[in-house]
Parts: sequence; C-alpha cells; structure tokens
Amino acid sequence: MLEFQNVSFQYPQDSRPMMENLSFSVEDGAFISIIGASGCGKSTIFRLINGLEKPQKGAIFVNGRPIEQIKQYSAFMPQKDLLFPWRTIEKNICLPMELQNISKQEQKKRCQQVLEEVGLSAYAKKYPKDLSGGMKQRISFARTILAGAEMLLLDEPFSALDFLTRVDMQEWLLKQWEHFHKTILFITHDVEEAVFLSKSIFVIQQKPFCDMQSIQVPLAYPRKREDLKKKEIVDLKEQLIQKLRQQEAKAI
Amino acid sequence: MKKNIPAFLLGLLLLGAWQCIAMGIGAAYILPSPLQILSKLWQLREILLFVHLPATMGVTFLGLLISVVLGLFLAVIMDISPKIENALYPFIVASQTIPTTAIAPLFVLWFGYSIWSKVLVTILITFFPIVITVYDGLKATKREMEELLMTYGATKKDIFIKLKLPTALPPFFSAIKMAIPLSIIGAAIAEWLGAQSGLGYFSKRMMTQLDGAGVFAPIVLLSMVAMISVAIVSMIEKKCITWRKEI
Repeated sequence: MLEFQNVSFQYPQDSRPMMENLSFSVEDGAFISIIGASGCGKSTIFRLINGLEKPQKGAIFVNGRPIEQIKQYSAFMPQKDLLFPWRTIEKNICLPMELQNISKQEQKKRCQQVLEEVGLSAYAKKYPKDLSGGMKQRISFARTILAGAEMLLLDEPFSALDFLTRVDMQEWLLKQWEHFHKTILFITHDVEEAVFLSKSIFVIQQKPFCDMQSIQVPLAYPRKREDLKKKEIVDLKEQLIQKLRQQEAKAI
Repeated sequence: MKKNIPAFLLGLLLLGAWQCIAMGIGAAYILPSPLQILSKLWQLREILLFVHLPATMGVTFLGLLISVVLGLFLAVIMDISPKIENALYPFIVASQTIPTTAIAPLFVLWFGYSIWSKVLVTILITFFPIVITVYDGLKATKREMEELLMTYGATKKDIFIKLKLPTALPPFFSAIKMAIPLSIIGAAIAEWLGAQSGLGYFSKRMMTQLDGAGVFAPIVLLSMVAMISVAIVSMIEKKCITWRKEI
C-alpha cells in the first residue's frame, strides 16, 4: 500500500508550494487515475514517489516502510517511450534488469515472456525506429513491467498517440493490468480515458493542494467501451469536466 | 552516386578554370597548372610516397592518437565534475588563442628536430575540437532519459556507460572527422617550421627552389590522404551508428 503522510513540496524556482500536507493512500492492486489541470502537480506526485524529488515535509510509505529505505518499489513509464535508439527492443526491455544485475539467462527468459505477453516477440532483434508509436509504448510498458516493481507509475503514456491507437492501447492496458495484478497510478488529461480505465479517480482541484478528491467509477471489470455510454458514466464524465473547468477558472 | 555529380562537375569546372588561368599567366613558380602538379606528383612519387609521406603520417597518427586520448579524458572529467569544468574550460579555450606558427619554433628549441616537437604542434591544433565536441555530446544527454535510469536505480557510473557514452558517440565521430584534416594540417605546419623530413618540409624545400608544382604536389597528396581517411571514418560511422537521427 502507498501512503502519503502530510507531504509538502515546493520547487526551488516556484513562489508557492505545489502541495501542502497532502495525505492519501492507494491500496495494492488498484487502478487509480490522477486528473487535474496542467501544472497542478500530477507529475510531481510521481517524481516524489520514485524519489526524483524529496518532500520538504512529511513522508511517503510503501507497505508501511519509508521509501528511502526500500528499492524497486515503483516503476515509471513516461509520456514519451524513451526507448534507447542504439539498443534493440530486447536490450531496451532488459535495461532495468541489467541495472539490477540479474543474470543474462534470466533476463533473456523474462524478456521473451513479456514480449509474448505484449504480442511483440517478432520484434526482439529490431530497433525502436522499426516500430510504430503504439508498439513503442507497449515496449515501454514491457520495460516498466520488468523493472520488477509492484507499483507502476504511468504518466500520460498514450497522450502522443492517435485516437484509434490510444483506444486500442487503453483496452490492451486493462488486459495487462488484469494479467499482471500490479498497482497502477495513471496520470491523464483525458477524462474519458480516466473513467474507462480506473477503479477510482483522484482529482486535484486547487494549487497548492492538500488533498485529492477520490471518486469511485461505478463500473465492474472487465470493461467494454460501450459502458461509457451508460447514463451514470456520462454524468460522471460531465461532473469531472466541470471540476476541471472550475480549477482552470481559478487558475486564471 | 547521383548526389555527387554536382560536386564532381563543379570540381571539373574549377580545375578547368585553374588550368586556363595558370596557362594564361604562364609562370609555374607563381601558379602551376593542375596538369603540371599531377606531372610533378608522378615524377616525385617515390620520394613523396616512401620517404616524406610516412614521416608526416607518423606525426599525424601520434598527434591524433594523443589528441583523442587527451580530448576524451578532458571531456569526461569536465562532464563528471562542474568544478573541474570551471577550472579547465578557460585554459582549453585559451590554448586555441596561441598562434601556432609563433610557438612551434619554441617546441623545436625544447625538443629539437625529433618527432615530439611536431607532435606537440599537431596536438595543440587537434585536441580542441575533440574536447569541445565530445563534451557537448556528453552534456546533450536527455534529462528525462537520465531520470528514467535513476528510477531504475542506476548509479552515476551506469548512467555514464549506458546513456552518456552512446549519446556522445555520434559527436565523437564528428570530432574525429574534424580532427583528421586538422592533425594533417598540424603536422604539415610543424614540418614547415622545423623538420628534416615530411611532406610539409618537402613543400618548403620546393618553395626555396621556386618550384611551384613541387610546392603543390605534397599538398595534393596530403589532401588525398585526408579525404580518404575521413571517408573511411564516415563508413565506419555509418556501420556503427544507425540511430543518429533518432536521438
């Protein structure tokens, strides 16, 4: 379980804090989306979780232990695929395992497995330039999975894709989540994407923020795209859009 | 092949113009014609290829090798430590303000007519583009890629080996392609200023004899060597780096 306890953080170049006394928790195996206006601090939450930034106050715990004391508790998947162009797909996927000094044999085994899971076994020896945008994101996801963490931090991973690929990738991601049983925190600007994917949605409503409103999505898994047409879901989307608009208006 | 046709035609045109002007002037000690230079090159082929070219290539190779090692070393330590960068950078830039022709005779005083006085001049001219280009290559690493590695638990050494070195490889090849002609120029200048063999020395000797074609012949040979060397490096680069445009 991930827990933020009274976390405050401010970037040195900013005149006001990004968050103040923020507390929230995420249960194991959950799929949580975080939404909010641009610059509200969504990505900062990820930077704090994966240790790229340190909170000025408060602490972050994973399974009751401060994150400073544990390793490989989270794996980050950025907006861009960030595949290394000089590495083959196989070598890109093995990167986190290389850094953990896992044996070459074991790396190869896990890599083959995960490539099969993401349906790209035939591309093991290819280079990123040989893949489409959607394929690259799948490889990036496979690399994130092989980082060996139980919690995946996905920062707008599909925002650069075209509409149809994005829709395919969302459905694909849900299948992967059900298969791998990982905890997923997902940042997005797209309300429909958040509703379709998540068990709960955390909404950031002001800056600096001290809490996030948690909204349950009243849909069971597995989900279908037609579910988005249900009245309660359409209402939920409307409600979320209103909240984001209010936040934008406050920011102006 | 097709893309080389304009360059080939322009080269022919320039050579033709040169030939006409040289024939118009009619004084080979002022401006020898390309045909006279080629004829001289053929006439002197043995002494140029087997005596003076190896001497110049020895200086060039040693100068280039030391420049590459020194350049890479300086680029890496400057990348590792901003303090070292602050201390070294002004001196590296200052080294390029030294007029080579003025300082080369001093090197001859220090090292005599041995190979080292010429190697030193070559290094002075060659190491700068290597340091600057490789250093910029190391600094050009994408911050987000670096952070991604950090989230995987990478150490500074891991980031250097797995990210910075590959990122700096294309600039490194560019640096080598710049450094090869510079090292040949450096060696030739050094030989002009004080040597007992080498193509630069030979060219200078021909100057004293007012043999215009004899001055040009070694220069043509040096140009050919530089072009062939750069072409070989470009071929290796093409084989090694298929992802230059992807970064």
